[in-house]
Amino acid sequence: MAFFIASSPHEHNRNKTSQLMRLVIYATIPGVFAQWYFFGWGNLIQISIAVCCALLTEFTVLSLREKPNGKAIKHQLFDGSAILTAVLLGIAVPALAPWWIIVIGAVFAILVVKQLYGGLGHNPFNPAMAAYVLLLVSFPVQMTNWQPPLSLMSTHLDFANTLSTILTGYTNEGYSVAQLRTHIDGYTMATPLDTLKTNLTLGLTIDESRKNMVFGENFALGWEWINLGFLAGGLFLLAKKAIHWSTPVSFLLSILIFTFIAYTINPGMNAPTMFHWLSGGTMLGAFFILTDPVSGATSVKGRLVFGALAGFIFVIIRHLGGYPDGVAFAVLLCNMAAPLIDLYTKPRTYGQINSNNTTKELT
Amino acid sequence: MSLLNTEYKEIAWQGLWKNNPGLVQILGLCPLLAVTSTITNALGLGLATMLVLIGSNVTVSLVRQWVPKEIRIPIFVMIIAAFVTCVQLLMNAFTYGLYQSLGIFLPLIVTNCTIIGRAEAYASKNPVKKAFFDGLMMGLGFALLLLVLGGIREILGQGTLFDGAQLLLGDWASSLKIEVFHFDNKFLLAILPPGAFFTLGFLIAGKNYIDAKVATRKPKVEEKTIERMRVNFDAQ
Repeated sequence: MAFFIASSPHEHNRNKTSQLMRLVIYATIPGVFAQWYFFGWGNLIQISIAVCCALLTEFTVLSLREKPNGKAIKHQLFDGSAILTAVLLGIAVPALAPWWIIVIGAVFAILVVKQLYGGLGHNPFNPAMAAYVLLLVSFPVQMTNWQPPLSLMSTHLDFANTLSTILTGYTNEGYSVAQLRTHIDGYTMATPLDTLKTNLTLGLTIDESRKNMVFGENFALGWEWINLGFLAGGLFLLAKKAIHWSTPVSFLLSILIFTFIAYTINPGMNAPTMFHWLSGGTMLGAFFILTDPVSGATSVKGRLVFGALAGFIFVIIRHLGGYPDGVAFAVLLCNMAAPLIDLYTKPRTYGQINSNNTTKELT
Repeated sequence: MSLLNTEYKEIAWQGLWKNNPGLVQILGLCPLLAVTSTITNALGLGLATMLVLIGSNVTVSLVRQWVPKEIRIPIFVMIIAAFVTCVQLLMNAFTYGLYQSLGIFLPLIVTNCTIIGRAEAYASKNPVKKAFFDGLMMGLGFALLLLVLGGIREILGQGTLFDGAQLLLGDWASSLKIEVFHFDNKFLLAILPPGAFFTLGFLIAGKNYIDAKVATRKPKVEEKTIERMRVNFDAQ
């Protein structure tokens, strides 16, 4: 992730890459706090493992590149981009996923997706999301093992228990992740998105599925607060002018439009907009991942198209796809489309008349 | 005689390493990526491709005097298609299990660019003996690459080697299966096509790395430099 890329005319901005990255990392705090409150220590442990692995990988690759002196390596290593990637990946993987999942993910994100493409500022894909998709495609069982919120679990999950589950697969009392996900009445609890998808295939309507306790009283127990946390972090970034409003706004608006269409056509089979906004990784994707300045579109018009396309793909995957959440796939597909979007939304050079317009004026 | 020998050596070197159809020409990627999920599949497809390549090279070289330049491509394709049909029927008869696991990629050898590329670039311009040797070496280079790719992907994906070898080699080969290490979960990406892209990318990088190493180790040819004095009048 490089410095904020804007099309010309460039204005002077004294922020540095590392400052920007640090700001974005701080902005994830409310969301991560909500995750900690509802799902326990899992994601914090995942984030720390991911950060260690990412820094180690980054250091290895940078030293292989043989930078002239150690200072350059240190400067690049701590510019925050690797740490940010690791933090985002740690937030995205299930809290109780085994440790090797996050290790593979972090190493892949930095080594293959970022450094093999040329390092900071050259990666066509968002490293965190590409790694997430790699993990989701390779290890579907572990990657869909989201535990229910702590308040619904029959076992008490403290820090030591969480750590032991991540490292060995079992809690100190010997419960496996599958057992932890089992409700006291003997059925397995999944995430709201998972539950919705499974119930639709079973022939239940949305209203019937939403009686399940993982949905809580509002939209999705726990998840709504996590999403609101990331929304708050995103608004903080907007206020600090670290990200541009265009991508998140067009992404969320596009979700609103398409889910509204689906909901008006068939409210029994399609969840309302607020559920889509406040479940899964929507807000994380909108404010922290789609706004990645390297792999996204660059002009304002381009960003609007980019966000809208991501929202469309997101809705399509959530409604018709095989996976419950579509943020990661939508981001990767839009990253692929970004160069084309940039080509067609090239801003007019200042002081120059569009060649199409001149021909019109002449004729 | 020694001239002939060096010529054949050069053909072998071209096919196996320097101009390897998969590593350097990057041809025939469709079967290369699609069916190399295990060593057995890779071996089956590699052998089939090699047989077709040898057959088509020899035949094209035999008829090269009578093929009009304008319609050579359809004729080559027909020759290749005939050999592919033979190989396909043979595999259907003798290695039915493998025939099923290779599926559509067996008839698709017809469209493999390596084969038509060799027919066009080499066999249609050279005598039978050399064309045969070129087909053998190019086919061997392709098959070896498939084997390496299949081996890496099989180890990464399911931790075994020679899984299902009995499909190709008969019942005795079921004891060939080696379990390198045991996974509770398969690493699906290595078995899926994206894994083939990644592995091939790393293999090509490895080849380039070796080539670069060899190039630096070779004694450098002294470049003749003409020393010239720069005359600078202003400085005086």
